[in-house]
Amino acid sequence: MATKKLGFIVKSLPYKTEASRLAMTHAIASQTVEIYLEDGDNVEPVVCFIGDGVLNCLRQQQAMKHYGVTSLEQHIKNGLLLDMKIMICKEDIERLGLKEDALILDAEDIGGETKAEIVPYSEIQGVMESVDHLLFC
Amino acid sequence: MGKLTIGCFASLVGSLSLDFAVKLAEAAVKKGHDVDFWVSGNATMLSKKGQKAFKDYSHLAKTLQELFATGKFQATACEACAEARGYHKEDTMEGWKRHSMDWYLASCFKADRVLHIGGD
Repeated sequence: MATKKLGFIVKSLPYKTEASRLAMTHAIASQTVEIYLEDGDNVEPVVCFIGDGVLNCLRQQQAMKHYGVTSLEQHIKNGLLLDMKIMICKEDIERLGLKEDALILDAEDIGGETKAEIVPYSEIQGVMESVDHLLFC
Repeated sequence: MGKLTIGCFASLVGSLSLDFAVKLAEAAVKKGHDVDFWVSGNATMLSKKGQKAFKDYSHLAKTLQELFATGKFQATACEACAEARGYHKEDTMEGWKRHSMDWYLASCFKADRVLHIGGD
């Protein structure tokens, strides 16, 4: 019986490429991974947004209106609804002049209880050192 | 010998990231390691059969066929990513599997090392 931590480090912009969306969909796929594993084994994803990737976390995205696709906001909220650990780099949101109230920090509107955390890069570095495998997206 | 899981999002044409990933898999298999190879997003293009070799474009089909023949390499494409691009089961190159993303996470669980190449 074991749980392995997978760290998804998202540095890609939303909508410019598919990478950040794929990071979220892969992380959320952890919900059904047990069908491929032995009893008691599991994976635990952690998603960290760094660099330009913090722009994925902006609130009030209008992807469905403009592109006809689900928004990264919806994917992040779905992750929070599933109690996924989501971290946003403090230094990078400051660098981009983003305020906390501009970011997706909870999924209360869909019944989620887990909150995203704004943390110094040093904490994200700690996550990167502690996970079993790192996946840069 | 160990098990390596390689995942890639980058397309076959337009980036050399997928070339690198396949060549890394080839080198690992030659050293005796087992390799799981996962493609999603634009990288699912790699699983499409009927690719024609031109010298101006990456052509990895032959390398993949040689890798499949070793028995130490398995490649899987994200089914939803492929379907979204119009690559159906009947369009898939022999040797490839198609699964949902949880297959990749399970492969990561079982791997000694994971190399994930995100981005385009």
